[in-house]
Amino acid sequence: MDKNNLIVYCEFEDGKVADVSLELLTKGRQLASKLGVKLEAIVIGDNLDKVEEQLFPYGVDRVYKVSDKRLYPYTTNPHAAVLINLFKEIEPQICLMGATCIGRDLGPRVSSCLHSGLTADCTSLEIGDHKDVKTGKEYTDLLYQIRPAFGGNIVATIVNPECRPQMATVREGVMKKEVFDAAHKGEVVDLDPSKYVSDEDFVVEIIDRHIEKSKINIKNSPIIVAGGYGVGSKENFDLLYDLANTLGAEVGASRAAVDAGFTEHARQIGQTGVTVRPKLYIACGISGQIQHIAGMQDSSIIISINNDPNAPINTIADYVITGNVEDVVPKLIKYYKKNSK
Amino acid sequence: MSLNIIVLAKQVPDTRNVGKDAMKEDGTINRAALPAIFNPEDLNALEQALHLKDANPGSTITLLTMGLPRAAEIIREAIYRGADSGIVLTDRVLGGADTLATSYSLAQAVKKFGNYDIILGGRQAIDGDTAQVGPQIAEKLGIPQVTYAEEILDLKDGFVTVKRRLENGVETVKAPLPCVVTVNGSAADCRPRNAMRVQKYKFAVSPSEVAKLTDRQKEIVENRPYLQLQEWGAAFVDADPEQIGFAGSPTKVKSIENVVFTAKESRVLDDDDAAIEDLVKELIANHTIG
Repeated sequence: MDKNNLIVYCEFEDGKVADVSLELLTKGRQLASKLGVKLEAIVIGDNLDKVEEQLFPYGVDRVYKVSDKRLYPYTTNPHAAVLINLFKEIEPQICLMGATCIGRDLGPRVSSCLHSGLTADCTSLEIGDHKDVKTGKEYTDLLYQIRPAFGGNIVATIVNPECRPQMATVREGVMKKEVFDAAHKGEVVDLDPSKYVSDEDFVVEIIDRHIEKSKINIKNSPIIVAGGYGVGSKENFDLLYDLANTLGAEVGASRAAVDAGFTEHARQIGQTGVTVRPKLYIACGISGQIQHIAGMQDSSIIISINNDPNAPINTIADYVITGNVEDVVPKLIKYYKKNSK
Repeated sequence: MSLNIIVLAKQVPDTRNVGKDAMKEDGTINRAALPAIFNPEDLNALEQALHLKDANPGSTITLLTMGLPRAAEIIREAIYRGADSGIVLTDRVLGGADTLATSYSLAQAVKKFGNYDIILGGRQAIDGDTAQVGPQIAEKLGIPQVTYAEEILDLKDGFVTVKRRLENGVETVKAPLPCVVTVNGSAADCRPRNAMRVQKYKFAVSPSEVAKLTDRQKEIVENRPYLQLQEWGAAFVDADPEQIGFAGSPTKVKSIENVVFTAKESRVLDDDDAAIEDLVKELIANHTIG
């Protein structure tokens, strides 16, 4: 088997490859082409028949499948064992994973065992050169792992000059998912699970599992009404739901609003939440911390409703309404109802 | 059954109040320039530990932290809330470590500590938000990990049962002891300080803090071993110099940039009815809404 390729760990649930994995394959295809290497994917689980059909359109050249009843649902050690043992054989230069509950559990375990570097929650990935300032040693074609740090106040470019694979996790929605070629075909490699996982790896037992398909779909909503700490209360947040229902929008929130208990975490927008690019973003009582702005700045039109005319978010807004959320939002509802149709 | 519980905690710069001198030229954090706080999710982990101690009388909670000598502050804070003692792993040679070198150093300290039943820690620290150190310590110690824990439901017969909070639901898992459990911010808040404990432990100090005490206070600390916090260095925990600090870190910071967003030319509107109706009409007309 050829070595030194780029591999994406793909999450698989309910017969579907997770969106975040497809987003990473899209980015992975670009990076692999730039490096002139193959794009590989690995899927570990149960009932993986035909999973490759979901992957090939994203430009995957080789799919590794490891199928065993005990490998689904995900538990840490068995999936880590597969990756560790496989990576020792195929020595990928780059490994990407979703910055999900699975990827952020699995990635560090694998990177610790292989003594490779891992960068969490990257917002951008590029290929570039590097010169070590201390040793003067030069490196070509490293993975630039670009991520916010320090609560989003700075952006750091991280490299792993010496260790392989260079590992990175990326949150859902940060990269764009795009089909590379609907007719693209690659190779399928079925791996024998018993060669990669031992019985001792199955140490943690899942007793109970309630996974709901998220009813909240802010990532794909064309209009988002988002609330911040300035909304003031859970009750006032209901106003945002009213506006969202009127406009056919989803409700989002800043980290401060989620931390204050105004709404659930699944609605959090920003570097530690979801990244969104809607047609219209209505920011209500959001001051605009960097970590929030980073997750919504690509919205086509931004309206900021804030009683502080100097709120930082106003600088990136197309429309700034200086006023209280509880006054302005009902007016938006009223005049939308009056003027639509 | 009495348990030996280790709580991993970090004193972190309060990233909500970051000033201009927060970063050094080499791209590492200038911790000395920032207000330092108890990492929030480590407090959630401490609460789970205290809960276990309540249910298992005779258990001991030891706080383990790596950082500057001043990190003894969070050990005192933990003791005020019910922890028993603490260790600061501090050494110049540990500085500049990435998550992997940090995990190695902490795992060495855990090995030195020896007998433990469970290790608890916050899911992630607010200065890095990586969530990597917990799982990496578990790997270095060769024990299982349970991440995203919201509640420890049960601990008996050598197993711990934990409710995990995932993106789209919850999962209950049973893991053999010893193991590492990292606790989510959605878990129960940590109980407040206990006034009696604050009185009793206010002079609990690490060796490097003793110098700041008056002679009378020094005498008190000398006579009461429970006021003596421990300070460990890299050599003491038998750390391999190749695996610690900057040199032991596979990841390197290539560059740091301040975040600057492109400002737009905004239209500023009043909140009166006419202005808002005009805006709504405009958005309907250009098919943004409706």
